[in-house]
Amino acid sequence: MKLDLILSGVGGQGILSIAFLVDTAALRRNLFVKQAEVHGMSQRGGSVYSHLRVSPQPVMSDLIPEGRGDMILSLEPLEVGRYLSYLDKNGVIISNSVPFANIPNYPSEESIYRSLFRLGKVVLVDAKAIAMKAGAPLAQNVAMLGAAIPYLPFEQSDFTRTIEEMFARKGERIVKANLQALEFGSRVGFFYKGLLDAGILAQNVFHVVRSLDPASIDISQVSPFANRLKERGEGLLTAAIGENLSCSVTSLASIM
Amino acid sequence: MKEPELLLGDEAVAIGAIHAGISGAYGYPGTPSTEILEYIIPKAKDLGVHSFWATNEKVAYELAVGMSFVGKKSIVTMKHVGLNVAMDPFMSSSLTGVAGGLLAIIADDPGMHSSQNEQDTRALAKFALLPCFEPSDHQEAYDMARASLRLSEELRLPIVMRLVTRLAHSRGAIRTQPADPQNSRVTKLDRRAFTTLPVNARKQFSDLIVLQSRLQEMSVKSPFNKLDLSATDKKRGIIVSGIAYNYVREAFGGNIPHKFLKINQYPIPEAHIKELVAAVDEVVVVEEGYPVIEESLRGMFGVSGKTIRGKLDGTFSRTGEMTPNIVAEGLGIHIEKPQWPAFDDLPGRPPALCKGCPHADAFNALNDALSEYQQHNVFGDIGCYTLGYYEPFKAIDACLEMGASIGMAVGASQAGAFPVVGVLGDSTFTHSGLTGLITAVNEKANVNILILDNDTTGMTGGQLSASVGEALVKLVLGTGIDERHVRVLNPMPKNREENAKVLKEEIEYTGPSVIIFQRPCIQI
Repeated sequence: MKLDLILSGVGGQGILSIAFLVDTAALRRNLFVKQAEVHGMSQRGGSVYSHLRVSPQPVMSDLIPEGRGDMILSLEPLEVGRYLSYLDKNGVIISNSVPFANIPNYPSEESIYRSLFRLGKVVLVDAKAIAMKAGAPLAQNVAMLGAAIPYLPFEQSDFTRTIEEMFARKGERIVKANLQALEFGSRVGFFYKGLLDAGILAQNVFHVVRSLDPASIDISQVSPFANRLKERGEGLLTAAIGENLSCSVTSLASIM
Repeated sequence: MKEPELLLGDEAVAIGAIHAGISGAYGYPGTPSTEILEYIIPKAKDLGVHSFWATNEKVAYELAVGMSFVGKKSIVTMKHVGLNVAMDPFMSSSLTGVAGGLLAIIADDPGMHSSQNEQDTRALAKFALLPCFEPSDHQEAYDMARASLRLSEELRLPIVMRLVTRLAHSRGAIRTQPADPQNSRVTKLDRRAFTTLPVNARKQFSDLIVLQSRLQEMSVKSPFNKLDLSATDKKRGIIVSGIAYNYVREAFGGNIPHKFLKINQYPIPEAHIKELVAAVDEVVVVEEGYPVIEESLRGMFGVSGKTIRGKLDGTFSRTGEMTPNIVAEGLGIHIEKPQWPAFDDLPGRPPALCKGCPHADAFNALNDALSEYQQHNVFGDIGCYTLGYYEPFKAIDACLEMGASIGMAVGASQAGAFPVVGVLGDSTFTHSGLTGLITAVNEKANVNILILDNDTTGMTGGQLSASVGEALVKLVLGTGIDERHVRVLNPMPKNREENAKVLKEEIEYTGPSVIIFQRPCIQI
């Protein structure tokens, strides 16, 4: 099992913490790991990335060759655009939908989402909502790792012990909130994947999943949910999204 | 069982040095070298090692030399441009030699991720006629730290280790060996060797020249230099060094199907090169940084009957960093890249001052004060505040290297520029700004020097700064500057108007002024 993972985000968002979680999970499974990261100037609010390579054989290059990445896991939607050349043709993109707009010419959310949905396999989740629900607004990075689990060669349990150790010195409450963020993120990720696999249009999946309460998502209900969506709602939903009627989207999603 | 741990290349070197039995580890912070001492300093007391951030790289190097002259092993760490600052003791130490092992670990930054140039330390090691180690991976970084400190004691010569960003800041696992002890005794100074009077230096220099053939032999015999002539292909051979080895292997999927020479210990092993070149028609040289190996191989006239490829014939770029794709392409291997539709609108996201950064308030006040003048001559320096170059401040008009702001400001002022401002931080001031300020005071130069004292070395992650707060004010006063023109301000949004007014007053004063903005970095 080989994983070439590109982590991206803005300096300070915590990509190195999730890199550490994946590194540790891989080492505990006796896999080989190399991970290149960015320190120094860019960490001050600039674009940051990390190349994380996991393999059953010793890893050669510290950098992932362009065109070979299995996944871009991004804590910021615009940042995905910088690393597309690294993604394999079967690669998947998991991104936070919440912009980090610290530059004056930051484009509109709609234009970013439009660009993202042109890319094939894209999972776009609201990590902020998940982290808030879990009780730790800073845990957006852990929420995103959770959302990526369905596409990673790891399980939720591969990360829990390290999260406990990582946040131990910040107290019980923070540990619990981060575990919760991982759990909610994972539920969102699996539900999202279920809807995509059922053939629901990516834009619709994004809007539907975003309208759900991450804490009350029941993964076992994904098939019936997808069916109801296909039978009754998808046409309406597409129309509503087309007209940018966000309230209709929300109410439609909630009656599914 | 202890779980395996992923270490930065910097940390692997640090552990290697500790296991080699060092008694001292000194340096000045600089990306990508900083994490070597960041690893050692918190453990230093338990290890019985002296380790701390020196005022600058020159001082750090001299600390290491002093320790080594009396028989203890030491390392000194810095970034590539830091070696320029330490060049004087570096060059002299190659003549004096050492007693205890001394390893200078220099981290280059090809691609300038966080630097002002991409100079190649291998060229400076050659300039000093010293051996240089260049690890390809974490294990070699650990092994070579140990081997080079042993070699240093054996040869009584300082040794250089060159790291690059992609190894320094990449994580990997290592296997360690039982540690060597520190040297137990303080030894008598070898006063003839260690005193660089011409009479001694002449002798030492000719000894160093004589030693070169032995260094050559050692490079050829080194287990870190690997000549592999087993491939049957006689058309092409590959010479590869340092981190580029990983990219070459990646390009070929593991095994290199050509005869090749992997170089990790310098001077360049000439006998290996001759053997490889004789066995093939064409040699491709793959090295990160300057074409150090390629140039020495090609010389002025090339190698008769052979094709040499590398950075000098355009196979690889002379600038920027090597990557797996660049290396593969240069070797004629195509990696398919899917053409994903690009984003409609992808603005750059340069680094920026943090929200609430005191530097931002200093720049706002400065820009206000300068807005009434025709000229805007602000000489910046190296640190977070270099980011004042960008929007929305556009406050910095020049930046050369560490500590340069004051000297440049004095020069510009003497050319007739007005008003002239120099801006630097507390750590950069003590690093090498102080000497410039003494010049400004002695010359009664009409300059305004802003020292942004944020209580730390911010850009590299918050290392201890040599002089801050009251001590820094006293240091400035110690230059003999008129104390009425040493102003201490608090950079806060609410003080913007008042601070601009003070700056304006000092601009209007003819003579040197120092305006110290005091507010701690929000990251500490």
